[in-house]
Amino acid sequence: MIHSLFLINCSGDIFLEKHWKSVVSQSVCDYFFEAQEKAIDVENVPPVISTPHHYLISIYRDKIFFVSVIQTEVPPLFVIEFLHRVADTFQDYFGECSETAIKDNVVIVYELLEEMLDNGFPLATESNILKELIKPPTILRSVVNSITGSSNVGDTLPTGQLSNIPWRRAGVKYTNNEAYFDVIEEIDAIIDKSGSTVFAEIQGVIDSCIKLSGMPDLSLSFMNPRLLDDVSFHPCIRFKRWESERVLSFIPPDGNFRLISYRVSSQNLVAIPVYVKHTISFKEYSSSGRFDVTIGPKQNMGKTVEGVVMTVHMPKAVLNMNLTATQGSYTFDPVTKVLTWDVGKITPQKLPNLKGIVNLQSGAPKPEENPSLNIQFKIQQLAISGLKVNRLDMYGEKYKPFKGVKYITKAGKFQVRT
Amino acid sequence: MTDSKYFTTTKKGEIFELKAELNSDKKEKKKEAVKKVIASMTVGKDVSALFPDVVNCMQTDNLELKKLVYLYLMNYAKSQPDMAIMAVNTFVKDCEDPNPLIRALAVRTMGCIRVDKITEYLCEPLRKCLKDEDPYVRKTAAVCVAKLHDINAQLVEDQGFLDTLKDLISDSNPMVVANAVAALSEIAESHPSSNLLDLNPQSINKLLTALNECTEWGQIFILDCLANYMPKDDREAQSICERVTPRLSHANSAVVLSAVKVLMKFMEMLSKDLDYYGTLLKKLAPPLVTLLSAEPELQYVALRNINLIVQKRPEILKHEMKVFFVKYNDPIYVKLEKLDIMIRLASQANIAQVLAELKEYATEVDVDFVRKAVRAIGRCAIKVEQSAERCVSTLLDLIQTKVNYVVQEAIVVIKDIFRKYPNKYESVIATLCENLDSLDEPEARAAMIWIVGEYAERIDNADELLESFLEGFHDESTQVQLQLLTAIVKLFLKKPTETQELVQQVLSLATQDSDNPDLRDRGYIYWRLLSTDPVAAKEVVLAEKPLISEETDLIEPTLLDELICYIGTLASVYHKPPSAFVEGSRGVVHKSLPPRTGSSESAESPDTAPSGVQAAEQPAVIPTQGDLLGDLLNLDLGPPVSGPPIATSSVQMGAVDLLGGGLDSLMGDESEGMGGSGSFAPAPSTAVPTNLGAPLGSGLGDLFDLTGGVGTLSGSYVAPKTVWLPAMKAKGLEISGTFSRQVGSISMDLVLTNKALQVMSDFAIQFNRNSFGLAPAAPLQVHAPLAPNQSVEISLPLNTVGSVMKMDPLNNLQVAVKNNIDVFYFSTLYPLHILFVEDGKMERQMFLATWKDIPNENEAQFQIKDCSLNADAVSSKLQGSNIFTIAKRNVEGQDMLYQSLKLTNGIWVLAELRIQPSNPSFTLSLKCRAPEVSQYVYQAYETILKN
Repeated sequence: MIHSLFLINCSGDIFLEKHWKSVVSQSVCDYFFEAQEKAIDVENVPPVISTPHHYLISIYRDKIFFVSVIQTEVPPLFVIEFLHRVADTFQDYFGECSETAIKDNVVIVYELLEEMLDNGFPLATESNILKELIKPPTILRSVVNSITGSSNVGDTLPTGQLSNIPWRRAGVKYTNNEAYFDVIEEIDAIIDKSGSTVFAEIQGVIDSCIKLSGMPDLSLSFMNPRLLDDVSFHPCIRFKRWESERVLSFIPPDGNFRLISYRVSSQNLVAIPVYVKHTISFKEYSSSGRFDVTIGPKQNMGKTVEGVVMTVHMPKAVLNMNLTATQGSYTFDPVTKVLTWDVGKITPQKLPNLKGIVNLQSGAPKPEENPSLNIQFKIQQLAISGLKVNRLDMYGEKYKPFKGVKYITKAGKFQVRT
Repeated sequence: MTDSKYFTTTKKGEIFELKAELNSDKKEKKKEAVKKVIASMTVGKDVSALFPDVVNCMQTDNLELKKLVYLYLMNYAKSQPDMAIMAVNTFVKDCEDPNPLIRALAVRTMGCIRVDKITEYLCEPLRKCLKDEDPYVRKTAAVCVAKLHDINAQLVEDQGFLDTLKDLISDSNPMVVANAVAALSEIAESHPSSNLLDLNPQSINKLLTALNECTEWGQIFILDCLANYMPKDDREAQSICERVTPRLSHANSAVVLSAVKVLMKFMEMLSKDLDYYGTLLKKLAPPLVTLLSAEPELQYVALRNINLIVQKRPEILKHEMKVFFVKYNDPIYVKLEKLDIMIRLASQANIAQVLAELKEYATEVDVDFVRKAVRAIGRCAIKVEQSAERCVSTLLDLIQTKVNYVVQEAIVVIKDIFRKYPNKYESVIATLCENLDSLDEPEARAAMIWIVGEYAERIDNADELLESFLEGFHDESTQVQLQLLTAIVKLFLKKPTETQELVQQVLSLATQDSDNPDLRDRGYIYWRLLSTDPVAAKEVVLAEKPLISEETDLIEPTLLDELICYIGTLASVYHKPPSAFVEGSRGVVHKSLPPRTGSSESAESPDTAPSGVQAAEQPAVIPTQGDLLGDLLNLDLGPPVSGPPIATSSVQMGAVDLLGGGLDSLMGDESEGMGGSGSFAPAPSTAVPTNLGAPLGSGLGDLFDLTGGVGTLSGSYVAPKTVWLPAMKAKGLEISGTFSRQVGSISMDLVLTNKALQVMSDFAIQFNRNSFGLAPAAPLQVHAPLAPNQSVEISLPLNTVGSVMKMDPLNNLQVAVKNNIDVFYFSTLYPLHILFVEDGKMERQMFLATWKDIPNENEAQFQIKDCSLNADAVSSKLQGSNIFTIAKRNVEGQDMLYQSLKLTNGIWVLAELRIQPSNPSFTLSLKCRAPEVSQYVYQAYETILKN
């Protein structure tokens, strides 16, 4: 099982360590640093590294490496999932998962890690339970604590852990009972030079914010549940009901959680909401090139495409770029060679365009590779797959909750090859 | 107000100050002090000096303070064992606390104090907690047993905690069940033989029920445990599968992958005709694809596992090619894995898409990735024949880019394409030659040299090209040197007139000026071949090469089956069985897929049935004799066969046996002497064999003198035993052996040696179909289990009534041997004379008629050299091996022997052996209706006469 955990920042300092069994010397991280050096880019450090006596399984989140040490055969996915859960918990508790936040709350971090893992076995990883055991820091509470001497550690039994619904805490009470669902869809796509779709799929999630008193039993149904053929559920969902009736029936955890995630695969046609026209060319033997990109909307079902940002990793030989944007603003970082164009909203009447001259290092050969364009966008009030919530019913409680559903479509890994 | 304030005191008297605060009367001050201590501890500062003061704070009602003190205790108890005893009383008391949270906390912390002296005090409280009325306490106690076991295994066994733990599997609370399973699994890992998780249908049922209700982590433990269960029949397997499939929709990827493992394993037992089988296959694809949309680290592990799954059951993901397309900002480790899977999934149906993608990748920035993409194009060409043409033209396009590393990779893969489709794409050679100068990597240089040597007759200036490489011969890597040597010898054999000088130069460079034994060995072999028998040299060096197989890097099927049982584990990430890398490998139990038990024994299944021994249909795994010869002489660049093939088989042929025995020792003994002698520049094509011994000393003479036992006289000649299967290759089992024929019966004489640390038993043997239908006439009888370091001699009787398939070479025999550990494959060559039957003597008249009857093109002539026997001795020696002399004539001082022999399958071979009294070289003419056997009969002659 998980033996130890080291948190390492980008400059290679180990700023926190936690051991669940015997202490493993920090020197084990040298193997990690070695791999990091070899990988050059931080993202490219392999997640599983073997050392003579241990295995190091790591994730990279928010500029922090979470490096866990294991000694016996343990499913690596188990470890990786757990590490992500740790990072999620920090995020949840401190609002951000950063080195400063962790250092500022080191005692809570330590207490959390202790509660999350016992002898390497996961103990309490549900946010609902953890919050019952260890209260998250708030400014008010720390002031109160320091005056009254009360602590941020609860002394109740985490009751939820024993019931059949370990994800929900008991005795929840709200004056305003609300249930909100956000249907968020991300389009992952690769568009080739000619504009045709090489690959496209939709990754969707339904994130919920449920603030309901007591033990509400909800069922959520869809207009077109057939779209959902590849789904991952939160443990609270009754699988049998879904299998037989295609209805999501569940007793929700309290607060924010991800109800389901789903994938609408390439078998169903995925509508691509934007198109990109581009000419990026480098002239042989002259140290310059041309850059001309236009973005336009298509098939957006009457909704506006907004929050459009284009980022391009230009080839190493590019020195700087001299461009004019008809809309929005652009920046080019000559160190990382990243061009960012913040377009904003697209109006079909006047398509945004960015064009101009690319200056190359003199004498450098013409770059072989053509950069890919990375596009981000957002469309409010639209689930591009067409998924629609039909109705939400509540059983088990008497009050009438306020219900809300919001749809949003975003670009995920949306790449245009040039 | 944040915790960072705890770090701010850096004054010298910090510890002293804390000590004072810890002993303060004020509760609040105490707590703050403990917090400071913990903060220092977390960043690695040594605050162990405060141990007694902190422990004093333990007696408190404040839960937070108690927890903090516990944290401290866990960290420092080890370094202060005597002090830690002070804490025992509090633990014992806390275990009786009315609040279950306190009880659980106490039992949890106790287990983390890794001090021997304390552990015995913990047994009683732990026993109580294991039977606590509150499930939260029970589940915490279950984990504590595992902790205690880690500290003192004996104690846990003596106290009977293991039995209590087993009882907890039937607990009413799913969380307790899950933790008991987890604890038992961890303990079982250090006791592979203890059979702790003795699963039966009842306990399986309990586990499946708990599976639905426990936490995600508990589900992982339970699924991993289920995977070790062996259902008794296909119906049980199906019912387990049905109850596990809902886990595929879990949000936790580790749960999903563990469920996939269970399904992949139990699917093996389901009949393929079952509707359910098809349904299951369909259900497996979406969750696997979903794993790829997770974080990159998860993707990586998922991809490594998908790689295994795709090899085992390609049908699952065959329609999902697109999800493996690479995005430019994927981390490199994800890109490389995706590429690998793309090639595995490539088929005629999707090859156009795949190629378009690969071409795209070949222009990316990342050098490693680009290289692999170029290589992948070559692999597509080899895999999907219809696409070969397009692949080659794509590669040529890439060569035109002149990007150095792209060109080099392209040349390396084009060489493989030439090997797969000979005489099809050679028109591109000219383009390749243009890039000769830009090659700076050994592999690319070697590939180019191979191409030049192989197609020397089509390249006008081949000699110039090769000569240009020769200038810097000593600076080249071994790979290039070996290839250059072979290429020049090929060139010489193709264009002998103009390249004599070149070949002499390279041979002397290789044999005299190099201290690399491989290079020298190969140099000597060529030199020897060229000097003794250029015809034979041509046959060997320019022999037709076996085609390379489609999939060059498949995991060996038995290993794959084992790895499928380890889906989701580290083994699946490394693609190695746990025994190969797990620390100390504390007797890792080998897992194997369950045998299929369904109604129809599906023979159309492409996967190997894991039970029983099966040597057939695995051409990629068994290094065939053809590969062996090829590899020895000129195909070092070929696709990787499993391991150095020379070690895996024994050969009775002269040329190759040189390598195995004689030459190596010769090189060792004589190397200095030879370096100095310098006078033995090879004299191609005119060498007189008798002179050979002189410049080399006695060494070379020994080459042909197969030392070792000489066969018994009563039967035909028996070669000394050679190692067929080295222990390294077979998990400790070494097999050496030979073939013999005595009074009409053939036998395979084996010596099995156990070089492993465990006892071996349950031996069985099976042959693949072969040219003469050789098959074991009785099962392999090893009466007692074979203890470590023991060996046993067995004579396995053979018959020739097995099924027949023509092998290449003709006398190749592929053998599978099974024992309790695994199944091992090797191949060997049997000498043909074991097939010569006793009634092989032909009537004189018949002989004459037959000789005339067989067309002259069926006649083959061979030279038997270095044989000093006279005609009568030859005759009697051959008779011992059932080669019968029918007549003897003396013509002009030469003895002519007319002989006949018959093979077990009724083929007659007629021979004329000419012996000149002054010449140790005999001429053998063979006539036979099946001329392909002649060469092997000649080998038999040579073997018999030389021994």
